[in-house]
Amino acid sequence: MISILKSLWYVFLHMFRKRVTVQYPEEKNYLPPRWRGRIVLTRDPDGEERCVACYLCAVACPVDCIALDAAEADDGRRYPDFFRINFSRCIYCGYCEEACPTYAIQLIPDFEMAEYDRQNMVYEKEHLLINGEGKYHGYNFYKYAGLEIKGKAKGEGIDEEKPIDPKSLMP
Amino acid sequence: MATIYVDGKTYEVNHVNNLLHECLQKGIDIPYFCWHPAMGSVGSCRQCAVKQYKDENDATGQIVMSCMVPATDGTKISVDDPEAAAFRKSVIEWLMTNHPHDCPICDEGGECHLQDMTVMTGHAYRRFRFKKKTYINQYLGPLINHEMNRCIQCYRCVRFYKDYAHGDDFDVFGAHNHVYFGRHEDGVLQNEFSGNLVEVCPTGVFTDKTLKQHYTRKWDMTTAPSICTHCGVGCNTIGAERYGGVRRILNRYNGQVNGYFLCDRGRYGYDYVNSAHRIRTPMRRKSNGELGTASKDDVIGNLKNILARKKKVIGIGSPRASVESNFALKKFVGADKYYTGLSDTASKLVEQVIGILKNGPVRSPSLKDIRESDAVFILGEDVTNTAPMMALALRQSVRQAPLKLVDMVKIPRWHEYAVQDVIQQRKGPFFIAGVAGTKLDDIATRTYYAEPDDIARLGYAVAHLLDNNAPAVKKLDEEIRQLAEEIAQALSKAERPLIVSGISLGSEVIIHAAANVAASLSKEQKRTNISYIVPEANTMGVGLLGGGSVGDAIRSAREKKADTVIIFENDLYRRANKESVDTFLKQFENVIVIDYLKNNTTEKATVVLPAGTFGETGGTFVNYEGRAQRYFQVYYQKDELKESWRWLREATMAAGHNDFKEWDNLDAVVGAVNREAAALRNINVAAPTSRFSISGMKMSRSSARYSGRTAIRAHENVHEQKPPDDPDAPFTFTMEGFSGLKPPALNNLFWAPRWNSVQSLTRFQEEIGGPLRGGDPGVRLIEPPGNISFSFFTDIPAAFEKRDDEFYTVPVYHIFGSDELSIQASWIQELTAKPYILLNRRDAETKKLNAGDEPDVQLSGVTLKLPVKISDAIPQGVAGMPVGIPGMDNVLLPGWVKI
Repeated sequence: MISILKSLWYVFLHMFRKRVTVQYPEEKNYLPPRWRGRIVLTRDPDGEERCVACYLCAVACPVDCIALDAAEADDGRRYPDFFRINFSRCIYCGYCEEACPTYAIQLIPDFEMAEYDRQNMVYEKEHLLINGEGKYHGYNFYKYAGLEIKGKAKGEGIDEEKPIDPKSLMP
Repeated sequence: MATIYVDGKTYEVNHVNNLLHECLQKGIDIPYFCWHPAMGSVGSCRQCAVKQYKDENDATGQIVMSCMVPATDGTKISVDDPEAAAFRKSVIEWLMTNHPHDCPICDEGGECHLQDMTVMTGHAYRRFRFKKKTYINQYLGPLINHEMNRCIQCYRCVRFYKDYAHGDDFDVFGAHNHVYFGRHEDGVLQNEFSGNLVEVCPTGVFTDKTLKQHYTRKWDMTTAPSICTHCGVGCNTIGAERYGGVRRILNRYNGQVNGYFLCDRGRYGYDYVNSAHRIRTPMRRKSNGELGTASKDDVIGNLKNILARKKKVIGIGSPRASVESNFALKKFVGADKYYTGLSDTASKLVEQVIGILKNGPVRSPSLKDIRESDAVFILGEDVTNTAPMMALALRQSVRQAPLKLVDMVKIPRWHEYAVQDVIQQRKGPFFIAGVAGTKLDDIATRTYYAEPDDIARLGYAVAHLLDNNAPAVKKLDEEIRQLAEEIAQALSKAERPLIVSGISLGSEVIIHAAANVAASLSKEQKRTNISYIVPEANTMGVGLLGGGSVGDAIRSAREKKADTVIIFENDLYRRANKESVDTFLKQFENVIVIDYLKNNTTEKATVVLPAGTFGETGGTFVNYEGRAQRYFQVYYQKDELKESWRWLREATMAAGHNDFKEWDNLDAVVGAVNREAAALRNINVAAPTSRFSISGMKMSRSSARYSGRTAIRAHENVHEQKPPDDPDAPFTFTMEGFSGLKPPALNNLFWAPRWNSVQSLTRFQEEIGGPLRGGDPGVRLIEPPGNISFSFFTDIPAAFEKRDDEFYTVPVYHIFGSDELSIQASWIQELTAKPYILLNRRDAETKKLNAGDEPDVQLSGVTLKLPVKISDAIPQGVAGMPVGIPGMDNVLLPGWVKI
């Protein structure tokens, strides 16, 4: 009898405590920027696709839910012809982001991806590619790579000498 | 044998090799770049440093390059020594100072020897803070991509291109740290083996430009052991697929056949599999006369009615269809109504060749035997264009005779530059008798250009000089007699002489003359070999199976009173002249064609069924040597692209025939061939059966790290399907299954822990540069019986007499173009020759023709306008015309033409 009254008393006291339940979805919780949620493909500072279709995210993925196919544009840049993530398989481990050498693939603090139909959880490139740099600003892979692309000839990259002249004997 | 000590462990090794070779052989990882088993050691990269100790008391030791130290008895070395390890690490660090930040966009990434070696040495952090050296790239043609920034100056490319393949348009230029590997100017690499630069280069300087168009990493490709379909040599390849298309062909090492290399036609000719001209659905001629897509049930229902009356069916096989398909067709229509699908000439000559190889005193050599020959006599073949990889093997044979000098001065054969210093310009005896200049002329001791009959006369004369029992040639010119004497002397001095001939000129007498030379040589105790080149992947297979030619089919069609013809994977318009094929096909009520590419014959068909290429089906090919080799389906696809025998089975079963009821998988067909075709006995030994497993697992087609399997087909259906089973092969279609060391015939991926590049091959070989673990795959079906009395051929032709108004026209072959399948690839089309007629300079002068003029050329009723090419290396009265290339694919040579 006493214990019941005690319990009632404690419950009554709880009414004056600070509330921890967040009234989602009307009210959103704070998610840190490095929170691993929905995957996006980003663009470099010049607005070009960052993804160079190197397949490293696909191979790093422990559930093999990333499939892409490389293609090459006329300007010499490589890009994914299609890029598909099956989010019904994704475990949001972030290995793809870790593997990405160009900061193209990033996990962002968004988890609201539930669907009634599982088929809708298959995201194509048009669903993944955003118009921005995401979390990592300023990086442009092609400025560092040795590959020649339109608008960046050999020797014009960062930390590159002018091309050598094989016919010269000068030291 | 010798005993060496590596890090305190004792190893029994072969003393003729170097330490690097032997350590890799024993499974000890030593990083290296410039050493290559086929090209020896030069010690230029300084990567394979180890510490060598004088004796037990020597604790200091000295750093040596393991590739340059012989594995002599008692050698004591340490690989793990901290100083040696630090040395190797700093070598990589130097190499990486200028290496671009390219790996994500580099096609070598994931199978890069430089990546492997960097990880192996432990270099992980870049300390060099200065700028990187850059280079301007070159255009090297449609097959090879050049990215000079990535170069680490190991010199493997020039050593392959110049020293091994004898190319002369690629070199190293510049000085000090500015050396440049490329051509003197932009342009297409002229050597037929340039594609090997891709595999030889340890990093991404040379990469496969065709792969670049649909780039996929090594680990993502589904692969299966395959056999090249582009000539009769039967090189072993690995077909690799992603997203339903063949993406590249890689070399599959076979110590007896292609070894480490492939020719460009074999490596780059794969695109016909992905061609827009593929037949992907069954087709039926509709009532309006148009050939239109039909459902499978519709077509099978139609065939059911046709095939129910079996007696009126004749069958034409094909030298590009597997042994199994040809066998099935022969079994169904009966031996008297089966035709091999070879042209008249080819059929006759292949029969001769098989007769000589089966009964004659000498055996046909593998490419390995050819590489080891020490005197060569070629009769009438332009080997570089008719059997390219044999030409590369022949190029190695000229080294064999001078290598005796190297042995004499006790220089180990792997010591490449020392060997070159001894050999200098010396070359072994190498004689070419051909109709026009060939690409092998640069290594020839003597060349002789003549009309086919004259070539045969030279052969007969040589045979007579070697053995008096061989018939003598009458009215021989003094000049030719002297040449014959020179050849006879060189051949009789050799220990392993080789005679090369073939059917490309369509001349029976040349084949006979070659047999006489080989037979007369074999009288002495020698390892004489004779190699007959045949044009297609399974020419020997259909030859062994036996049957009439396409011409025979045409001639006997009326008397056979057949109303139905079944044609397997064959374009008859390439085998007989147009009019006769036209009338032939018109006789039949039903023309059933099973093929994979649309061609002139499928246009005339009433029913077309889609066959599978090497990508979608498996089977067996028999190469020039008589070696049966199995190829396996590379990938699964949903379209009904089936083996021709499987279509036949399905149709005949519907029609109520039970001949093929038991044939529910390839094993059953191979078993039937083995039992019923005497000439093909043992064909089942070529590869394990479909039931073969290791630890209860089938072999995996994909690598263990195959990516994207839950996303590849997710756009069609997010619910993953069960992967299909393969009833025909001991392979799964996925990464599930056994992925360790497979039996040699089933090697589909060269990979080992820490060795992601093709350099991992050392782990698959019984002996580096020797046979694969478990023996080289393939089974020889033809062995000459011992102790046989060969009766010499006596059909010596009269000397060629040129005519005033006509030219004797012989076929000229082109590595790019003459082959029906590889020409489908756009990049091969870019390299294909345009039609022309080749004339001797004097003849052109008499006819008042200049190079480039386009006279009317009349050939068996057809008139063509062909530009003139002028050569000194073609005899007078003889003209040459390219065969097989677009615009000339129905030209049947040899023959007389009017200009």
